[in-house]
Amino acid sequence: MSLSMLFLLLVAYALAAYWLGRRVVLGRVDGDARRLHSLPRYHGYRVALLAGLPPLVLLVLWLAFDQVVIGHLVMQSLPESMRALSEAQRSLLLNDIRNLATGNIASSAPDPALTAAVEHYRRLSRWSNMALPVLLLLVGLGGLGWGLLRVYPGLRARASVERVVHVLLLASASIAILTTLGIVLSVLFEALRFFESVPLGDFLFGLEWSPQIAIRADQVGASGAFGMVPLFAGTLMIAGIALAVAVPVGLFSAIWLAEFAGARARAWIKPLLEILAGIPTVVYGFFAALVVAPLVRGLGESLGLAVSSESALAAGLVMGVMIIPFVSSLSDDVITAVPQSLRDGSLALGATPAETVLRVVLPAALPGIVGGVLLAASRAIGETMIVVMAAGVGARLTANPLDSVTTITVQIVTLLVGDQEFDSPKTLAAFALGLVLFLATLLLNVLALYVVRRYREAYE
Amino acid sequence: MAIGDRRALFQSVVETALAAGDTAQPEVVESALGTPFLERKVSLRARNVNVFYGEKQAIKDVSIDIGKRQVTAFIGPSGCGKSTFLRCFNRMNDTIEGCRVEGEILLDDEDIHAPEMDVVPLRARVGMVFQKPNPFPKSIYENIAYGPRLHGLAASRADLDELVENSLRRAGLWDEVKDRLDAPGTGLSGGQQQRLCIARAIAIHPEVILMDEPCSALDPIATARVEELIDELRERYTIIIVTHSMQQAARVSQRTAYFHMGRLVEVDKTERIFTNPAHELTEAYITGRFG
Repeated sequence: MSLSMLFLLLVAYALAAYWLGRRVVLGRVDGDARRLHSLPRYHGYRVALLAGLPPLVLLVLWLAFDQVVIGHLVMQSLPESMRALSEAQRSLLLNDIRNLATGNIASSAPDPALTAAVEHYRRLSRWSNMALPVLLLLVGLGGLGWGLLRVYPGLRARASVERVVHVLLLASASIAILTTLGIVLSVLFEALRFFESVPLGDFLFGLEWSPQIAIRADQVGASGAFGMVPLFAGTLMIAGIALAVAVPVGLFSAIWLAEFAGARARAWIKPLLEILAGIPTVVYGFFAALVVAPLVRGLGESLGLAVSSESALAAGLVMGVMIIPFVSSLSDDVITAVPQSLRDGSLALGATPAETVLRVVLPAALPGIVGGVLLAASRAIGETMIVVMAAGVGARLTANPLDSVTTITVQIVTLLVGDQEFDSPKTLAAFALGLVLFLATLLLNVLALYVVRRYREAYE
Repeated sequence: MAIGDRRALFQSVVETALAAGDTAQPEVVESALGTPFLERKVSLRARNVNVFYGEKQAIKDVSIDIGKRQVTAFIGPSGCGKSTFLRCFNRMNDTIEGCRVEGEILLDDEDIHAPEMDVVPLRARVGMVFQKPNPFPKSIYENIAYGPRLHGLAASRADLDELVENSLRRAGLWDEVKDRLDAPGTGLSGGQQQRLCIARAIAIHPEVILMDEPCSALDPIATARVEELIDELRERYTIIIVTHSMQQAARVSQRTAYFHMGRLVEVDKTERIFTNPAHELTEAYITGRFG
């Protein structure tokens, strides 16, 4: 039976259970719902949950683990010589068995032992496929029976349903947290593998980044140096330029929108500004590479400066434009949320509108503004496309914004694009860089939180 | 009397009054400006003031004199325009989009709408206290120091300290907050917050203080303290207070103006308004037949 079919049946079954639950409980009180503790529909929900939720959980668990269990059983049945293989080879072998069983192409010609294993695999899969619906039915009927037998007019069905809802909400909230945790852990473990081959000190404080590793001894330009300082410096420089553009422009436009623009101008300009956030970054990228970078170079040359055709300045400027809406839109929202009574109070003391904004409105809106800037900063640090196109991939430790630099994210991309072996430091370096990036943004968040707590002026 | 009866009576009173009033403004009694009853010099003089919100006229041809160093109360039913009119005196209506003020308002014989009149010094001379206490989300000290800093009233930190202390003393708040000047002003109780706002207003040495229902968000005890304070403040300042409470008007004001549907119906000594009003609309309102 197909999965979607099973799922649909389960839903239909739960609906039927709902109807049945209502009927049964109403039958107990001769149709007089006022004698029930909970409304009939809560009894319906309760029975539907009892009948539908356990099979659903079973289905999910089954789908998650049946392949693992079957694979394990098949491996157990293999001859000793095959079980003695290394971890990687055994997983390859299991893959072959699966492929043969489902009629795909395998990596090697099957020998008799393998053919037997394939047969075993097929048999187990068939069993699993047949056992699942039966088990689901049993569990479902058990839940339904339990739900219907235990029903009585005074039953607090509403409270039970409420509890289930609580658990569901909690589960949704934990998904995000668990995913984050999972990502951090996976990055962390790969990074630790990287640090087995490259010392942590070399990585953190090395001034040279050149991840190519020589295959032959006489190869040129492939020293395999993994010093992240040039990348980190490049990231900070470009993000810094971007913020230097976006924070003043974004904040001032937010102030204008919130405090000085008429209602009609605001209705037009705010959505227009937000369109900026909707432009794909790759478009910004070629805009930076084809328009802004030549412009910057031309301007620099007319001033007698040596500007490389891919410069941090060009990338930073365009990135700054890209993140303006993050600053302006969020700041505008929090500035508008500052109560009018505070503005009136300031104006009535003889402050000009500009003084009012500077001394009363902005301090009150500070936490939100910092939040917007932080979001923009995270975007700037994580941005890749614009940098690839406009700032280059050459790692260089320089303080000159007219030079070409590269960033952590760009290096992660170049390290992982294409066919890579996942046990060379070159590839694993990407995870170490990812970890650094993650820690840097985390630090930024903590810092901003502290700043906001320290300097906020709460108007509640 | 049942509510229905009262409403009917009110309707008839209003209709007769308006029927007469629309054509013959003198329906507003002879002493409308109240000038003959002013025992002191005039501080503010309003002549033929009209206020429009877009197309809607909120204030119709109001003229009134406000005496120096006394409390004038504006009373009247909700929506009669008394708050709108109050906000004309420091041009706070400028901040409302689509609001237009016509007519003449003189502060010590200077037209506050004249092109050469800057609203910054005007608002320094005519302070305001709002309906809901609105302390800035800053410390108590900074709340008071805000105005003096804007207008450069203190030459040194010591001057400023003294100014803050004096203002808080005058607002009767000093003893309650002297040990926690660095605490946020928003952490005070409602009544303390309102007295903080009054202290903030008097810190810039205004001549006039406008109060827009200053006690409507306060409990009775806090209200009594603010009323006491208003009574003390009239020694130095001209005060106009808009209030919904006739008892309050009777307690704190020397003169009372009654507004009805955008018109000034009557202005007179407070005791006369409450004992022997000249206009039947006023009488209907103060005897509680509507409101």
